[in-house]
Amino acid sequence: MADPMKIRATLKGDLADVRVLMGHPMETGQRKDGAGKPIPLHFIQEVTVKLNGKTVIEGQISQAISRNPVFSFRVKGAKSGDKVEISWLDNKGDTNRTEAAIA
Amino acid sequence: MLVSGRSVLLTAALTLAAGSAAAQSQFEKYQKMVAEGSPVELFELVGEGLWKKPQGPKNASLEQCDLGLGAGVLQGAYARLPRYFRDVDRVMDLETRMLHCMMTLQGRSLEEATKRLFGNADKPSEMEYLSAYVAGQSRGHAMAPGQSHPREQAAYELGRKLYFYRTGLWDFSCASCHGEEGKRIRMSELPVLYKPEAARPLIATWPAYRVSNSTFKTMQWRINNCFRQMRTPEPVFGSEVVNAMNMFLTVTAQGEPYRGPGTKR
Repeated sequence: MADPMKIRATLKGDLADVRVLMGHPMETGQRKDGAGKPIPLHFIQEVTVKLNGKTVIEGQISQAISRNPVFSFRVKGAKSGDKVEISWLDNKGDTNRTEAAIA
Repeated sequence: MLVSGRSVLLTAALTLAAGSAAAQSQFEKYQKMVAEGSPVELFELVGEGLWKKPQGPKNASLEQCDLGLGAGVLQGAYARLPRYFRDVDRVMDLETRMLHCMMTLQGRSLEEATKRLFGNADKPSEMEYLSAYVAGQSRGHAMAPGQSHPREQAAYELGRKLYFYRTGLWDFSCASCHGEEGKRIRMSELPVLYKPEAARPLIATWPAYRVSNSTFKTMQWRINNCFRQMRTPEPVFGSEVVNAMNMFLTVTAQGEPYRGPGTKR
């Protein structure tokens, strides 16, 4: 089962508060397992945010971000019912995406 | 010389007092900040998946588990626990009842179902995920454990007795640490849990995600860890002792709306 994702998007005036929670181990490559072997790097490297199908943010993040990252940002001029879609790509090529309507 | 020495001491004492008040508010600020980025919801989502996943020899999910409000009713069920269950003629808390459902509905053995109760950051346990999911279904419901049945009252009395019972290598009781106002271990305050005003915020936020080691902790773990710190053997999972302790704490905290699963230091 892929780690889950969750978006919360709430409208305040003409600003939408978007908060996304992404389940991911975000291994730094610095840790060692019980047998002393290094745990390989495993981190989200790209985060893409789309608003009604149009890409509005393309972010590159690194292993410096903690396990289970949380990002929040505000979208200007958003309307109730607008669709926010967020996806990520990690260094192993795995991806996940989820979407939510602004409420 | 003597007089000025005394005034220096007095000033130092005042500064210390002001320092601890400021440290407390900084700590509260920190708690608020970590709660904003809490991944508790991810645990709830995985827990929901596990709750609905057919498992065990009977290949059944836990969806028909009766947590006290009827088979399959989750809304507000956690807030009404621990309580007496007629079918087993004993008091059970959330984890004990879920274990019972795993064994009856799913046909799993006690050994298999309790093999890995406490997980770690890399691999949380099934019980931790499930606790997060079920407890989350009681957000906003006032804590109202069972108190009418004689067994429920007996559990409360036993829990209260245990709280003040000194035992183990160090002759500690719960009250040795949680018995006096204003105590703390490092940056964690030690609430005086037999007083409702201290028990309420605590019971309303457990089980909880622990930020410092990225793990989700259940109430059973919390109680076990207190026993461990007291250098007393840890109680058996789902035993009468754990349920009694949980009953005592939850009754003391009754009336508080549940707002967990929480986020701790």
